[in-house]
Amino acid sequence: MSSQAKNISNRILLYGDAILEATDQEMSVDPNVFVIGLDVADHKAILGSTRGLVEKFGPERVITTPLSEDAITGVAIGAAMAGMRPIHIHIRMDFLLLCMNQLINMAAKAHYMYDGQLSVPLVVRVIVGRSWGQGAQHSQSLHSMFMHVPGVKVVAPSNAFDAKGCMISAVRDNNPVVFIEQRHLYYTDALVPKHPYTVEFGKTRTVGKGEDITIVAISAMVIEAMKARELVEEVSISAEVLDPISLVPLDIDTIVASVSRTKRLLVVDNAWTICGAGAEILASVVESLGIKNSIQVSRMGFKHTTCPATPALEKYFYPTPVSIAARAYEMVWPNKPAWAPDAVKAEMAHQLKFRGPF
Amino acid sequence: MQDESLEGIYRSLRLIRRTEEEISKIYPTDKIKSPVHLSIGQEFIAVGITSVLNDDDIVSGTYRGHAAYMAAGGSLNKMMAELFGKADGCAGGKGGSMHLVDMENHVLGCSAVVGTTIPVAVGYALATKNKGSDQIVVCFFGDGATEEGVFFESLNFASLLKLPVLFVCENNGLAIHAPIESRWVTKALCERVETFDIYTSQVADGNIFTLRDSANKMVENIRVGKGPGFIECMAYRWREHVGPNEDFDQGYRDRAELRKWVENDQMEKVGEMLDEQMRLSIDASIEDDIVAAIEYAEASNWPDPNMLDKNVFAG
Ligand SMILES: Cc1ncc(C[n+]2csc(CCOP(=O)(O)OP(=O)(O)O)c2C)c(N)n1
Repeated sequence: MSSQAKNISNRILLYGDAILEATDQEMSVDPNVFVIGLDVADHKAILGSTRGLVEKFGPERVITTPLSEDAITGVAIGAAMAGMRPIHIHIRMDFLLLCMNQLINMAAKAHYMYDGQLSVPLVVRVIVGRSWGQGAQHSQSLHSMFMHVPGVKVVAPSNAFDAKGCMISAVRDNNPVVFIEQRHLYYTDALVPKHPYTVEFGKTRTVGKGEDITIVAISAMVIEAMKARELVEEVSISAEVLDPISLVPLDIDTIVASVSRTKRLLVVDNAWTICGAGAEILASVVESLGIKNSIQVSRMGFKHTTCPATPALEKYFYPTPVSIAARAYEMVWPNKPAWAPDAVKAEMAHQLKFRGPF
Repeated sequence: MQDESLEGIYRSLRLIRRTEEEISKIYPTDKIKSPVHLSIGQEFIAVGITSVLNDDDIVSGTYRGHAAYMAAGGSLNKMMAELFGKADGCAGGKGGSMHLVDMENHVLGCSAVVGTTIPVAVGYALATKNKGSDQIVVCFFGDGATEEGVFFESLNFASLLKLPVLFVCENNGLAIHAPIESRWVTKALCERVETFDIYTSQVADGNIFTLRDSANKMVENIRVGKGPGFIECMAYRWREHVGPNEDFDQGYRDRAELRKWVENDQMEKVGEMLDEQMRLSIDASIEDDIVAAIEYAEASNWPDPNMLDKNVFAG
């Protein structure tokens, strides 16, 4: 394909539209692929990400369910064992807690415990909420719980391009894949090729090159980290930002290579830090580099408390471009007085489009 | 729990209606940054049920919980401050609209994960029974909640132990936008529940007095140790699932359905039974209360930043 032709087939797509396009394309080529979940066929269509699918593929392949997440997870697993490729959708990740038994005790283990006779090619799509009073039960990002268990893949695409490629990879994968989205990412867009393509799991992407510090950011925190990267330019810090995209499998080598250059590693997670993805990444990097290589490490994530509904407290709950920039500065210049980025730039970096209620 | 005189019932119906109408007016100003699930049109259920309870009975509600909270006597000022995210809110701003709580007035915390409160209410009833108290627990939930396995597991256990709990299903025929026909094979919910040896009653006429009669009988049975009761009360959600607006322009339901419920609006019907002067004076005092609650919420401070870490663990 000439580069011009390639360009024409690239359009700017929103995050949700990229997921929709991937789903549509996979459903079109593989009759085993189907969508199932609460509200997947109503007019809001899971923030638009299932829009038009029921009209195109019919209710047999876009199945609206009762509020029975535990059972439906098992049903999806059974269908997957029979060779189908279900995409089970949850409007909030918090509801996945109702599905844990089936996901962990059955889906994750089936291929192993039945010695390869059965496999579970299941995609579980979840959206992590944030702000407008989502609060305690609509804001949790529980990816580390799944990372802990062998047999489940975990991906958290941070942009529309990866969202489409990862969705196609997830659907074609022969294992259960927890596919983590974030509410605010639905306002972001990117150049997305029209044709079906895959984003391979287990390949960390370098989203911004730098020399002084490596910032590994997860899911929506990639956006915050990229804003922080701009902020620290003001004090001549060049930050490398890495997006692992998939947490299981995790490409630690690319991270290690970056850290061995910068000697500094900051992991910014869109979740609590204790026993989190960040802990795993730091430990793996330190193990891999060995103690002779002195590096500085740090983690950021949700404050270790329950997410409050009120914006007055929630604003201290999440890492922000400003807090990430300040931490990066501390790590690069541990002996200099604390620094905070220019207030106007910081304000601009904070802009959020999300307005509730959902 | 709540005044069972005609005036008391009217006052409660009107207070909930007008408070939620004011909430929906304030909402576009972004002062309430909380997903509000309004009960407008369904208030008669919470009011009817709580009007037959004792003061110390326990009420358990959901994210659509303003009505149950107010009907049970939860503080209006604190609810409004909670919606505004302020320090004087009933949960210090940490819960928001979906997590109202007022233990002083026996309102158990509301939850936003559908069905989660059902076994919790049963457990609370287990404790009141074991303590020899004659308190009963009323557990409100929607028709969608009955689809979760935990609903049936809770029914079975509550009946097995003859626990003092009244289950109240507010059947508004919708779970978000999904009509009941797309979720239930048959509408025989009461029959399903009866197989657990639980007294049931369906209230289909939208009449608060029919509901009260049913509830009274249930509560009597529960108090003498006959075990749980179950009421399915048909209703209609007048506003969108979440948010302040109507949604008849969205194409998934027809405004014509609303008409018969508006014509049978229990707030108006009960109001008509009152002496005109009496009604006007109740209305006026409610307006004062709502204005005062909004002022209270506006005047309340934002929570102190150090509250972020408070109450993760009990002391
Ligand atoms: C376990 C769980 N699944 C899904 C949701 C998303 N959700 C919120 S409200 C709702 C509909 C519940 O309907 P119903 O129980 O009838 O109560 P209503 O909202 O009509 O009062 C759904 C599906 C949730 N909050 N919790």
